[in-house]
Amino acid sequence: MKTETRSEQFEPPSLLGNVLRKLHIDIPLFIGLLLTSLLSFVILYSAGGQDMDVLARQAGRVGLAFFIMTVLAHIDPYQFKRYSTLLFGLGLFLLVAVLIMGQIGKGAQRWLELGLFRFQPSEMIKITTPMMIAWYLAEHPLPPKAKELAIAAILIIIPTLLIAKQPDLGTALLVASAGAGVLFFAGLSWLFIGGIIAALAALTPILWHFMHGYQRDRVLTFLNPEADPLGRGYHIIQSKIAIGSGGVYGKGWLGSTQSELDFLPESSTDFIFAVFAEEFGLAGCLGLLALYLLIISRCLYIATQAQDTYCRLLASSLAFTFFVYVFVNIGMVIGILPVVGVPLPLISYGGTSIVTLLAGFGILMSIHTHKKFR
Amino acid sequence: MYVVKDHSVERRLFIGRIVAAFIVVVLLSCGLVVRLIYLQIVGHEHYSSLAKDNSIKLVPLVPTRGMIYDRHGKVLAENTPSYSLEIIPEQVSNMDDTLSRLQALLAIPDEKINQFQKLRKRQKRFVSTPLLLSMNDEELAKFAVARPYFPGVDIHTRLVRHYPYGDLAAHVVGYVGRINEADLKVLPVAEYRGSTHIGKLGIESSYESVLHGKTGYAEIETNVQARLLNTLNEVVPDAGGNLYLTLDIDMQKTAYDALGSYNGAVVAIDIKTGGVLVFASRPGFDPNPFVVGIANEAYQALQASENQPLYNRALRGLYPPGSTVKPFIALAGLEYNAISPSQRLFCPGYYQLPGVSHHYRDWKKSGHGSVALNQAITESCDVYFYRLASMLGIDHIHTFLQRFGFGEKSGIDLNGEKEGLLPSQEWKREKKNQAWYPGETLITGIGQGYHQVTPLQLARATATLANRGVVVTPFLVDKIVGAHETRPGPEAHKGTIALKPKNIDAVVDGMINVVHSAHGTAKGINTDINYRIAGKTGTAQVMGIKQNARYNENSIDFKFRDHALFIAFAPADAPQIAVAVVVENGGHGGSVAAPIAGQVIKQFLQETNEN
Repeated sequence: MKTETRSEQFEPPSLLGNVLRKLHIDIPLFIGLLLTSLLSFVILYSAGGQDMDVLARQAGRVGLAFFIMTVLAHIDPYQFKRYSTLLFGLGLFLLVAVLIMGQIGKGAQRWLELGLFRFQPSEMIKITTPMMIAWYLAEHPLPPKAKELAIAAILIIIPTLLIAKQPDLGTALLVASAGAGVLFFAGLSWLFIGGIIAALAALTPILWHFMHGYQRDRVLTFLNPEADPLGRGYHIIQSKIAIGSGGVYGKGWLGSTQSELDFLPESSTDFIFAVFAEEFGLAGCLGLLALYLLIISRCLYIATQAQDTYCRLLASSLAFTFFVYVFVNIGMVIGILPVVGVPLPLISYGGTSIVTLLAGFGILMSIHTHKKFR
Repeated sequence: MYVVKDHSVERRLFIGRIVAAFIVVVLLSCGLVVRLIYLQIVGHEHYSSLAKDNSIKLVPLVPTRGMIYDRHGKVLAENTPSYSLEIIPEQVSNMDDTLSRLQALLAIPDEKINQFQKLRKRQKRFVSTPLLLSMNDEELAKFAVARPYFPGVDIHTRLVRHYPYGDLAAHVVGYVGRINEADLKVLPVAEYRGSTHIGKLGIESSYESVLHGKTGYAEIETNVQARLLNTLNEVVPDAGGNLYLTLDIDMQKTAYDALGSYNGAVVAIDIKTGGVLVFASRPGFDPNPFVVGIANEAYQALQASENQPLYNRALRGLYPPGSTVKPFIALAGLEYNAISPSQRLFCPGYYQLPGVSHHYRDWKKSGHGSVALNQAITESCDVYFYRLASMLGIDHIHTFLQRFGFGEKSGIDLNGEKEGLLPSQEWKREKKNQAWYPGETLITGIGQGYHQVTPLQLARATATLANRGVVVTPFLVDKIVGAHETRPGPEAHKGTIALKPKNIDAVVDGMINVVHSAHGTAKGINTDINYRIAGKTGTAQVMGIKQNARYNENSIDFKFRDHALFIAFAPADAPQIAVAVVVENGGHGGSVAAPIAGQVIKQFLQETNEN
């Protein structure tokens, strides 16, 4: 005790540290996110054809996202808990509204036009679903009983189906896994998990029946991309070529030939990992994965330190969803998962996902920096 | 219910799960790493060579769209070369400047520029993207002179769809238009890589997959600037199949011209096969501007026009059948033994339901006197059919008419067909939540009330009658000549309605008298022919006279004049062709609609006799 007091006396905390603490910012997590975002600019500059406009637009979004994160970090987690059901209900309402408007406008629509920007209710649902499930399960003793499981399952399935209907398979998957994550961390029995996996395997043919034509195509293409080199297999073949040709050390920054020559489609958005892998090689990929794992580990650690069940469940689920993001995106780009529209978190070009992601991290920081007593 | 939460148990459980999750995360990450090692170390050489070969790229080879011919091989839709101004965005350093200079040089409307911008965003930067289609000589000359100032802009020859008969067969042949956002959502993307147009209406749309053909591709070697060096391998496209229609464009023209300034539709069917000979809807429209992108104002004008030229009346127009339904009601009466051919019913000029004061009027105020079936058809006696309908009842009428295809799609190989409406007790209960009234049975007996038919349905029912109960499915495509094979058009589904020959004869005799007797309502068309026609006139009331008549007498007068209808088949003894004519606001079927059918029949029989 004594040494600690003394060291505080002799080494006053840095100004930055003080400011961040006042802002309820978790420093390790903040550094991880900042590094990844900076890396995103480096890759985007190359993948986007060295277009400064692309960077400027992305910078605006990242800035907004960090601002929202800071605001959310400031809010006491108790407030999140209190408004969980309300926010979830609002999200569902907006989702249905978008669906109906889309029907009226005769075409799929995912967003509401709010003058300055477009708001996608499905993005909000990505966070409010785990909030809702965490709130509901925290009200009851854990592990959850059959009745609570059933209700939680329904609460997850409703938004998932609404989003899948848009149709946005990638987001539906993320929402479902966020909700399922809460169940897992709440102590869903292993037997049950095994049963679910078996049931899902059995349900695959039924799911197939309900898929849109293009979604089926994606799965078929994934199974055999070479069968359709001009059409749907194009993405996967080209991205594998780009990644494989990168080798161990890559072709160096701005060295990507495949995106330059426009062989690699969607090189700034969902397939940006291919550009990264081509330019920075296996070494770069391992580095990026390590960075992601550090962020996820920190988030899981925050979850273990959380004070009540709600915070624990929400924090761990958000961390888990972040990993699902990473895994699904990289998995599809390197050809071990079917192509569903999931961006590479914090790196891909595009505004909506980064705002939601950092909002999630804001909640994590709020959970970590608002402890009442220790 | 209050439940005690054991926090230490929950905490332990949670930590266990965090550890499990962490293990899952690490294992799955290892999976990614293994795959990356496989791609980037094991497969590195393979993929490196592929990456270099990626200067070999696949370009789509667009198939030539199939042609459309009429039954005599006359071209209804063809591909003609046309000069287009195209830009390769990659090679233009300042797109805005280039576009504005081009706009000044060639007076390009803003609309086209916007269209180009939209198109450009969907395509790769090195793909040549059309800005102007079908340039005229003046534009060609102007650009040729200024060409050195426009790097990346060039004139290309493209095949553009052309419809030589213009408005004559616009509805049935349809047209192609630029692929738009809505099309993209449902299109097989790979097949349409490189295609710019897609069938939007008529045969062009209904047979899109046949006409489009199969896209091929070429593996071409390019240098770093994506310039073509060498073609390595080619999978040639399969050109779209050529369609030979059953349509006779000369007869179509006869029918179309005969309609004159009236709006209306004419459908003629080859009774033996079901092949559609005439499918005319007037007014028509010129489909050619749609191919190159119709100007917005012109499109709005077409849309807003009171005459609705874009509307395919033959396929989608809904009209009360009027008295043309009478032969079918008569046949129903005979088949259900509600009446015999010789049985006479008295017509005092009106009919009253028992206990109801309302007079259901005959078109002839003085009445037809005592009439039997033959005369009732010949003179189109309304009272006879009021009474017959009343004897039959709506259930029998509905069942019987349904067999002739009323109230259902004919199954023709064109998209967008309307079903029409054949009323029944159930229909009224379901849709209107009302009981069926006896008076409604009466007016159904003379083709008024709820009953609505399309001209195509009328023609089909007439053909079925002429065929003595053999139902045919009308179709337009006779054969498809594809790249590898020739195959027939859609399979005709034939069914047969069991009818007594003597009943058919009785009805047909009445229909022959419509044209060939002194009292017939269509006797005007029996001169100068060496065969007999069986027909029936019809007059369909247009609703709403009373409400609107006072506003503008001249135009309203015309707008609310009755529709004139006529159905016929010929020769009466050995039928070959069935025709249905609807002339909107034509007044009387006998004077306006019948002569059109007469001309079509005459031309068809002349043609067949010559061959």
